[in-house]
Amino acid sequence: MTAFNALLMRDIRLTMRAGGGALMGALFFLIVVTLVPFALGPDLALLGRIGPSILWLGALLASLLALDRLFTSDFEDGSLDVLLTGSLPLELAVTAKALAHWLTTGLPLVIVAPVLGLLLNIEGGAMDAVALTLLAGTPALTFIGLIGAALSVTLRRGGLLLAVLVMPLTVPVLIFGVSATNAAVSGPVPFGPPFTILCALSLMSLVIGPFAAATALRQGLE
Amino acid sequence: MSLGPHADFIVAAYAVALAVVIGLVAWVVLDYSEQRRVLGDLEERGARRRSRRQ
Amino acid sequence: MALIDLANPTRFLDLVRRVLPWLIAATVIAFAIGLTMAMNAPDDYQQGATVKIMFLHVPAAWLAMLCWALMSVAALGTLVWRHPLADVAGKAAAPIGAALTFTCLVTGSLWGRPMWGTYWVWDARLTSVLVLFLLYLGVLALYWTAEDPNRGARAAAVLVLVGAINLPIIKFSVDWWNTLHQGESIFRAGGPEIDPTILRPLFAMALAFLLLFVTLHLAAMRNEILRRRVRTMQMMQAQTA
Repeated sequence: MTAFNALLMRDIRLTMRAGGGALMGALFFLIVVTLVPFALGPDLALLGRIGPSILWLGALLASLLALDRLFTSDFEDGSLDVLLTGSLPLELAVTAKALAHWLTTGLPLVIVAPVLGLLLNIEGGAMDAVALTLLAGTPALTFIGLIGAALSVTLRRGGLLLAVLVMPLTVPVLIFGVSATNAAVSGPVPFGPPFTILCALSLMSLVIGPFAAATALRQGLE
Repeated sequence: MSLGPHADFIVAAYAVALAVVIGLVAWVVLDYSEQRRVLGDLEERGARRRSRRQ
Repeated sequence: MALIDLANPTRFLDLVRRVLPWLIAATVIAFAIGLTMAMNAPDDYQQGATVKIMFLHVPAAWLAMLCWALMSVAALGTLVWRHPLADVAGKAAAPIGAALTFTCLVTGSLWGRPMWGTYWVWDARLTSVLVLFLLYLGVLALYWTAEDPNRGARAAAVLVLVGAINLPIIKFSVDWWNTLHQGESIFRAGGPEIDPTILRPLFAMALAFLLLFVTLHLAAMRNEILRRRVRTMQMMQAQTA
């Protein structure tokens, strides 16, 4: 596991040092959430009702758009070739990279979400539910996005292509994330079932994501 | 055969399906003649396929 | 003829040349029969004559899903067995599948307007088909952006397989999210619920669509093989020139 940890720490350090990487996702999240009232009008009752959905959409966009360069810099400086030929299985290597990405991008989103909830007039109890579902759901977004990142680096394309490929696959996560939150806020469905399914989706993507991404890299870069 | 009060929608649906099928057939046919043309040009200019190379 | 023999493109092209005229004839006949049966089908007591849209909508939906299944098999062929024909089969199927999904969406929408009063409702099945359409467009986008066809084929194969795993999950979650559509009414325990007078033309049209799909797919595969041949010849010419 030492190689895994080393890669994890390297990626975290790189993101923290290079241009405040961790803050950029949270900043993007803040801006998306700030724009929504300008589009919808400052009606606090309305914002309170749809606030959880806005936070989920913002988190989805922030974590997917930040994935764009996950493999690109490694590809450019050649360290991706080292990963491909190294002793650590490629599936574990991409898992380490995705985990580092989630710790530096996904986790900050979960932490700032309650603060942004205040702007959207979400009450305390609902805010806990949003934060909890984001904590359970953002890993799924990162690991699904991992596939798109691997595909776009093999084709030397990035940006919108990644979002186009990955976003249809995130539909289930969005559905269960938002419905678990709404269940906690207004019912009538209990919070348990959708939240458990959301956790299941995260665990599934934890398996599928690394395998698919490793296959894409192996097939695309040989 | 009467199509009832919603005849417009039924005709429109069949028209769309027909347009899509015609589009697909046109794509396949035009693509085929284009590839044959380019292939003929190349062979005329003496290009050989890999498998026929001496 | 074994599958491995078809790996030789020339042999495959021979086969296509022999089979294609028969397939075209069969498709035309099947459509003639299917459309006649569809026109003579009785109206539904609730939906009136609009039930005729179903003869397009449902076969298009079936074929759109079958096409993804075929692409998944082709994707396995590309990634696992490196069968040269698998790349070609996958790439030729994607635009046809997208067109069928589009047909399903548009006819569904035109059916929904008189039945539900709007062109679009966010009901479970329409939404799943919309997501399927987006996935098809994603695969097409991969093929379009790839400079090297082999690399594009492998990338698309990965996406197709991930999509194949995800489609049942998407279907399940969208069902969970909203169910307004009528329930599953053809394939269910206890036999079909639809009257045989409607069901028979439906299956005739489904067969016609299937034949159309096979014909178009084989023809598109032939085009793709020729396109690759052109590409290699151009590259060789560039090398010798």
